[in-house]
Amino acid sequence: MPMITAALETPQELVACTLPQWEELIHQARRANLLSRIALDLAELGLLPRVPLAPRAHLEAALVMAAAQMEAVKREVGVLRTVLSTVGVDLVLLKGAAYLIAGLPAARGRVFSDVDILVPSGKLPDVENALMLHGWSTTYHSAYDQRYYRKWMHELPPLRHNTRRTVLDVHHAILPVTARLKPDSAKLLAASRPVGGEDRLRVLCPVDMILHSATHLFHNDDLRQGLRDLADLDSLLRHFGQEPGFWEELPRRAAELDLARPLCYGLRYATRFLGTPVPSEARASADIGRPPRIVGRLMDLLYDRALRPVSPSDAGALTPLSRHALYVRAHWLRMPPLLLAWHLSVKALRREEETTT
Amino acid sequence: MIVAELSNRELEQRLNGPGLRLRTGPVVARIQSPLPSIARAIALQYADYATEDEASFSDFRVRVGRPRNLRRWLRPQAQFFVDGNLPFTPLPLDQAFPMLEWGLNWCVSAHCHQFLIFHAAVVEKTGRALILPAPPGSGKSTLCAGLVNRGWRLLSDELTLIDLASCEVVPLPRPVSLKNASIDVIRAFAPAVTIGPTVRDTTKGSVAHMRAPSESVRRGMETARPGWIVLPRYEAGSAARLTSLSKGRGLMHMADNAFNYSAHGRRGFECLAQFVDQSSCYEFAYGDLEEAAAVFNDLAAGP
Repeated sequence: MPMITAALETPQELVACTLPQWEELIHQARRANLLSRIALDLAELGLLPRVPLAPRAHLEAALVMAAAQMEAVKREVGVLRTVLSTVGVDLVLLKGAAYLIAGLPAARGRVFSDVDILVPSGKLPDVENALMLHGWSTTYHSAYDQRYYRKWMHELPPLRHNTRRTVLDVHHAILPVTARLKPDSAKLLAASRPVGGEDRLRVLCPVDMILHSATHLFHNDDLRQGLRDLADLDSLLRHFGQEPGFWEELPRRAAELDLARPLCYGLRYATRFLGTPVPSEARASADIGRPPRIVGRLMDLLYDRALRPVSPSDAGALTPLSRHALYVRAHWLRMPPLLLAWHLSVKALRREEETTT
Repeated sequence: MIVAELSNRELEQRLNGPGLRLRTGPVVARIQSPLPSIARAIALQYADYATEDEASFSDFRVRVGRPRNLRRWLRPQAQFFVDGNLPFTPLPLDQAFPMLEWGLNWCVSAHCHQFLIFHAAVVEKTGRALILPAPPGSGKSTLCAGLVNRGWRLLSDELTLIDLASCEVVPLPRPVSLKNASIDVIRAFAPAVTIGPTVRDTTKGSVAHMRAPSESVRRGMETARPGWIVLPRYEAGSAARLTSLSKGRGLMHMADNAFNYSAHGRRGFECLAQFVDQSSCYEFAYGDLEEAAAVFNDLAAGP
């Protein structure tokens, strides 16, 4: 197993690392976007001063950046709340921003690349207009991309604020319109909970948050971030797993939202990679989402390789191949075959065009 | 050990194998590349630089290689990896070395937040730093290359690093990137310097790298105190004019050219304010490099 998963599980053992081991760890952590998380683990254990100077500089640098990003996300959420209130829409935060505002441990040392929000699909035009009035613009300008997002995806093309340069993903669902699984966004919104004592600022309820995290990970086409996503899932499960009734509610809600399969995978790989404690009864009930045995074996094989944040030189030929297989799979799950063939050929042709011009 | 002590074969073995651990100021980059043009350029530009052994810590793992796709037969390209990620789109193969240089700059500006990082050239004399913060095209690299050929020590032509604890400038001496007309200007201005091959048609036009003076490389760990902050502006045919600038304006210009000033919040402001307070701030227009060098040498001779 690579060092990074060991570092996430037992950070206190890192102080025994040699300089070349520190180099390898920082390399892996940077690649997986987990450097600030590891830095924070060490800082909270009071172990940073025992890290040799050269690697410590990178850990401290990552802490500076993580703290700045948290401030930026909080500021952004404040602005978004005001903007959405002009069109009478609640601000429902997803993923990193939700963990941060809800004060969850999953936000610890997390890197934020954007803010994700969920709005009712009927309110999308209002929300988009309001955002544009307040300085956000679309980032994808080709007609194909715009149509791709608007017709088939579960979100608007990412928006960027003209002056602050922050990126916002406006979702109306947690999976593309074209995906095979169809979790009902209205149910997610209805079960959302207020945070920070404000009724109009909300996050998904605990089980939905976990189901979204698992769904995101196992439908994502970019698995280089896979371990970071899995660390999110691990942290959420450890935190909410303490609440009474949580483990009974989780598989029940998964079935209700058509997300039994992602939950089954999520629990499997979180325990496998990060030792997440999951009660055996919960594992058993989540097994209703279990894939056929042969598919399960294949998925193990692919994820075991793809989730390792190692460089191509150390990984052997199979890791890129696994990531590629999962990239195709992610698309396969998100679109029917003909649409998929069309989308991938447009992308391939365009890539050719971009590099030759 | 320095790069010049490696034979060509040893250098290539390292670049093709575990990587060349190259120290530039506070940063060690572990560079891998199968490309002969990279080996040649490193042998030329980095001859005086220290290499670290395998028991050391490298800050970045960098690789410049050729993408394995069909295009390699038609239009060969180079791509830059850092820690397994590709921060840039591939470039034509002949731009491999400029790409390595841009990539190494990117590594520092994107990761080394133990420093306040500014997009500015910086040179040193009498222990004091002369910082030239300015947008591309203002002639800062040319002025920087001119000054290091008239008695100033090169700290960096691109990235000014200020240590937050000591409030001093940390050198990052690397080859000076010259663009377009500047290449011939510096050749004429300092005929003895080594300038690598000119690479044409990059996004910045023609680019050639001037080798950093050996003394600047050797003294790559010596920091510099605050000295002068000068906003340069090249104006063809203009006489050299140095105009005082308020410290407030000086600070704002530094902040405008910062990579991570806002991320450091209050601590960043206090460090920068202290630094600017201990510096003299100027605007500077020039049309002739020799005249410009004379102005700055007078400045350094003062208190």
